Amino acid sequence: MSAMALLQISEPGQTPDPHQRRIAVGIDLGTTHSLVATVRHGVAECLPDEAGRVLLPSAVRYLGDGRCEVGHAALAAQADDPHDTIVSVKRCMGRRLADVADAARLPYRYVDRPGMLAFATRDGIKTPVEVSAEILATLRQRAEDSLGDELFGAVITVPAYFDDAQRQATKDAARLAGINVLRLINEPTAAALAYGIDRGSEGLYAVYDLGGGTFDISLLRMAGGVFEVVATGGDAALGGDDFDAVLADWALAQAGRSAAGAHDRRALLVAARAAKQALSDAPSARLECTLADGPLAVELGRARFEALTRPLLERTLAAVRRVLADARVTREQVQGVVLVGGSTRMPQVRVAVGELFGRAPLTDVDPDEVVAIGAALQAHQLAGNAGDGEILLLDVIPLSLGIETMGGLVERIIERNSTIPTARAQDFTTYQDGQTAIAIHVVQGERDLVDDCRSLARFELRGIPPMAAGAARIRVSFEVDADGLLQVSARELTSATEARVTVKPSYGLEDGEIARMLHEGFARAGDDMAARALREARVEAGRMVLATRSALAADADLLDDDERAAVDTLLAQVQDSASGDDADAIVAAVEALAAGTEAFAARRMNRGIRAALAGRRIEDI
Amino acid sequence: MNLADDDYTLFALPRRHALDVDALDARRRALLAQAHPDRHVAQGAAAQRAAMQWSVRINEAWRRLRDPLLRAAYLCELGGAPVRLDDNTAMPAAFLRQQMHWREALAEAGDAAAVEALAAEVAAAEHEALQRLGRQIDDECDLPAAAATLRALMFITRFRDEVGRRRDALGQ
Repeated sequence: MSAMALLQISEPGQTPDPHQRRIAVGIDLGTTHSLVATVRHGVAECLPDEAGRVLLPSAVRYLGDGRCEVGHAALAAQADDPHDTIVSVKRCMGRRLADVADAARLPYRYVDRPGMLAFATRDGIKTPVEVSAEILATLRQRAEDSLGDELFGAVITVPAYFDDAQRQATKDAARLAGINVLRLINEPTAAALAYGIDRGSEGLYAVYDLGGGTFDISLLRMAGGVFEVVATGGDAALGGDDFDAVLADWALAQAGRSAAGAHDRRALLVAARAAKQALSDAPSARLECTLADGPLAVELGRARFEALTRPLLERTLAAVRRVLADARVTREQVQGVVLVGGSTRMPQVRVAVGELFGRAPLTDVDPDEVVAIGAALQAHQLAGNAGDGEILLLDVIPLSLGIETMGGLVERIIERNSTIPTARAQDFTTYQDGQTAIAIHVVQGERDLVDDCRSLARFELRGIPPMAAGAARIRVSFEVDADGLLQVSARELTSATEARVTVKPSYGLEDGEIARMLHEGFARAGDDMAARALREARVEAGRMVLATRSALAADADLLDDDERAAVDTLLAQVQDSASGDDADAIVAAVEALAAGTEAFAARRMNRGIRAALAGRRIEDI
Repeated sequence: MNLADDDYTLFALPRRHALDVDALDARRRALLAQAHPDRHVAQGAAAQRAAMQWSVRINEAWRRLRDPLLRAAYLCELGGAPVRLDDNTAMPAAFLRQQMHWREALAEAGDAAAVEALAAEVAAAEHEALQRLGRQIDDECDLPAAAATLRALMFITRFRDEVGRRRDALGQ
């Protein structure tokens, strides 16, 4: 496709050709398996692989020489090749080794790094971000093959309980896989969307999501076309895998045996999962596998399994009660309960959740597909393919954000369950005469002690003019965007020379490292980086020209003649550059256009807000 | 309409402490339906930034107006009688005596019933102070008095949370 064709999509004031609809998908990047879905002919559906399977096991096997297998083939090999076949990588996203509770039980060769652990594989050190990127790249390929076009963007789901580091890691994985992230949304929100909780179904809903490795409980309210997360809670390290592990340990003890090494461990967990799944339909099952010292077989009934795993189930129910209390909501006010995640197929889960809420949960959408389908609906809307009047999703941050103060205590700046995007600032001062720098430690969590919270970033504000202790005023500002990602800045307010610093928390993977991985052609062998950069720059240029023209068509009266001439010049420069082959020049021209239209965008927004209020007032009358 | 307008102007609500919460919530939804970044995904970086700023501003104002204490503090500030929690801790002697009495009662409360009784007393005091606060702002237009009531209320709510924690601990 030539650049000119892209730039000629539409004339001022015209909407894009309906045949130019953007390919947008929803991706559920799950602990045990991942899916990709899209809206075709008005219906959201999961896209199958060439063998007709929609579930892609979240397993990546490194084969050496830069080759790897993703999905079913990798999963099939995990018992034979446990060190180099990474499964359940989601549990390690944005985590340090110390954060992963059952790390020792898994067969990997970990590399303990600050920020985020990594795996030593026969293909070198791999971070969880890189492993996840392989899964995402496979799904992207599947989508582009089935839909016959390049992807415009994707909505990717994360557990509501994911903290900043885990969300950032997920977004970085998508970047590595060459995916434009339209939005990260919470899995429970996606599930509720898939259930057709729409404009017509006003009220309060609970989503109980027990996946392979995480548990989330969310309360959502639908009112006036806005779908809002009221409260969320859960446990980022509790899921179906834990049920398998409890069962595996019990079986070993029952047989008086022990697991010799990674291979045994893996074989045992696979057998435990099979037995668990069989028990969802049958009153008893047999846990069978072959260990290094011979075969193992243990028979168990459903009652035994339920008794063994009751403490795990109880942990989920306690989290549900906590969230209800947090939101000051009684169970009677909840008018629907949605179950999500393969682990909710366990009968004891359905019974317990039904008892807690006093109503049978909704289960008619496949619990494995429901999240991807909801994400696809949101992607469809964000890509501009849906009509007006669609519902708006309002999400919240799951964990409070704060900074360390004297004595290792946490000063909270943004409380959990705050609607995003959000920003808050707090002023601090120096405690020593002549102090010229201040160390700022950003943490996330609900506990009062810094050591009990997750450390997100440490940085220093330097260049504060020497003053008496307590005279400086340092304003620390937190800003959380619509993806739930944090940016922190600090500046000294009293001095003329403004000391200022802005950071995005990282978890050990710096921007430079990601750029290097990208450059190595990671996750897309055979793709020409330069050609891709040029293509992407041209697409973005086309998009910006289109957006600016339609803005001018709607609100040109907000600009005086000089301002209008300046915008026209910038537009022409973007078009000129896009007909050339210099990707950097195109990017620069697009950035110049964005900067040059900032005031115009702000005025248009003000006008829109006024219109929204005026509409509301007329309604009131 | 611009970002620097006060919260009441932004939400087109009368500048009073008494508040129609449903109207507040409905306005927030209407505003965010217009301003949220999701509504401007294909509009480029400048529109995204403006959307982000507006959404943050709307959420900030909503959070402040929705909470009766934050709302009262905001009204005091708008009216030129800032609450100054940091450097003004002056309290009437009677209030301080009551605080001491409550703290002793909490320290001595040995069972759930005693904690429950104290919780009820604190809740009644909180309710009464909130009513007074509303009257002082809306009817008597005495903002300095309202600021003093608000400072007392801050103590009461903090103590109420302490009692709540104690009750949770006994309940387990």
